[in-house]
Amino acid sequence: MSMVIQGETGDWEMVIGLEVHAQVTSQAKLFSGAATDFGRPPNSQVSLVDAAMPGMLPVINEQCIYQAVRTGLGLRAVINLTSVFARKNYFYADLPQGYQISQYEQPIVGEGEVVLDMPDGSTRRVGIERLHLEQDAGKSLHDQHPTKSFIDLNRSGVALMEIVSKPDMRCPEEAAVYVAKLRSILRYLGSCDGNMAEGSLRCDANVSVRKPGEGLRTRAEIKNVNSLRFLQQAIEYEARRQIDLYEEGGQVVQETRLFDANKGETRSMRSKEHAHDYRYFPDPDLLPLTLTPAYVSAIKADLPELPDQKKERFVREYCLTPYDAGVLVAEQANADFFETVAKGRDAKLACNWVTGDFAAVMNRLGRSIEDPPVTAEHLGQLIDLIADNTISGRIAKEVFELMVETGQAPAVLVEERGLKQVTDSGAIEAAIDAVLTANSGKVSEYRSGKDKLFGFFVGQVMKNTGGKANPALVNDVLRKKLEG
Amino acid sequence: MSLDKVAVKNIASLARIEVRDEDLDGLAVELSNILRFVEQLAEVNTDGIAPMTSVAHLELPRRSDQVNDGGYVERVLANAPEQQDGFFLVPKVVE
Repeated sequence: MSMVIQGETGDWEMVIGLEVHAQVTSQAKLFSGAATDFGRPPNSQVSLVDAAMPGMLPVINEQCIYQAVRTGLGLRAVINLTSVFARKNYFYADLPQGYQISQYEQPIVGEGEVVLDMPDGSTRRVGIERLHLEQDAGKSLHDQHPTKSFIDLNRSGVALMEIVSKPDMRCPEEAAVYVAKLRSILRYLGSCDGNMAEGSLRCDANVSVRKPGEGLRTRAEIKNVNSLRFLQQAIEYEARRQIDLYEEGGQVVQETRLFDANKGETRSMRSKEHAHDYRYFPDPDLLPLTLTPAYVSAIKADLPELPDQKKERFVREYCLTPYDAGVLVAEQANADFFETVAKGRDAKLACNWVTGDFAAVMNRLGRSIEDPPVTAEHLGQLIDLIADNTISGRIAKEVFELMVETGQAPAVLVEERGLKQVTDSGAIEAAIDAVLTANSGKVSEYRSGKDKLFGFFVGQVMKNTGGKANPALVNDVLRKKLEG
Repeated sequence: MSLDKVAVKNIASLARIEVRDEDLDGLAVELSNILRFVEQLAEVNTDGIAPMTSVAHLELPRRSDQVNDGGYVERVLANAPEQQDGFFLVPKVVE
């Protein structure tokens, strides 16, 4: 999908690459034994290593290596058996070392790819350039004091995976779908919880514009985007700004820009003008990280079923459309719920219930799949009752509402409230006879060619039986009686 | 490779070291000499030789994922010139 923007000098297209910082799920930090929990009292999860006290040495957490390799494999990427940690030098108040330990020329993970499922059912491939491990910085609070900044180092040294895409995206929507898909993959792997509100998933966007067919022009990097909606807004604003600049005869300068969510605009971070000279060099405190092929293949053998595979399987096993399957697999818990409902049943019906009435009630009541308004087992039993003709589809909706209210099993509700479908042809015949007798005028009209009246008769019979008559049986018997 | 005054000034500012203008020429000469001394290594042909990172064949030591450090705010803040409510206080850094 490519989005063309009309400018005064002709058409323009966007070129977007994303850098996602994903916090590695681990108990302890990347190079120290301090805890990583979110929202603890300031500086309570800081070791002397994280505070960069003289003489303290980093020792790498093996779980972080494991998570990075798993993630790399989940992104179908090359795992580099040798990678090197480097120091990225810059000064900032919340970076006590004066450098961030990161990876530069030799990252742990090389090229891979992410497949995007676009809302129109098409797919797009976005290349992954690399994934590397690095330390997070501390947190600065600037609004607590008129002349001071407050520094909390709890986050300092927490392991991050920086995942860099190739500049393969061409519109804001693709960027949002990319981040959502990446988040889904990370959550399946359990290597990052994907919580954007708590900052465990953060996103910077590299944006440039060009005339179709041109090479790449200068890009600007947008920081501080903490939701998918803001990401799209920021990219759109930035592309427009660059086009206007070019069309006025100006030039885009390579710089870092901050997104201001309140104003919906990006602005230059002038204070960081010199910050791009990071003077990387290999960290003398850390030997190169070497992995054995056996280590990598053991992790590969142990990977869970990932969203793309699950989607493919749902299409194959349950005959779902790729779109339905994509919606169901985005969150693992939703996919598991669906599978419990669908197992041994009509999958299309199960999908309609899970993504239709069930999802609607969940939203309405503000519940989650972990705390569902109706259990998967009960929803499955409801579908069984439809399948074996105990209740009609229409009555099923009524039973479903009762299940939400009472939490009872559908069979119990159907029994207690007498909602069982009437399949006794004698009873149905009687109901039909009554309707035909009461509407003899309409019967003659029908017989003289007014076919449309058939629906009217069905409606009357259903009404008189409280919706409990089996619709197929009603159709059959009614047709015979009217023709006969 | 030799460094001029402008380069030395930039390096000093990146390292947040205050250097007076009258010292720049002398530092440029000193730093250039150091670079030239190290550059002698370039005379050795290292084509096809992997960089040596350690004289002993050591593996990068690893730790298990266990929380066994931290939890001592007072030690972390012990050297802070200013602190409040468990935070370090620094001159305001505004963006």
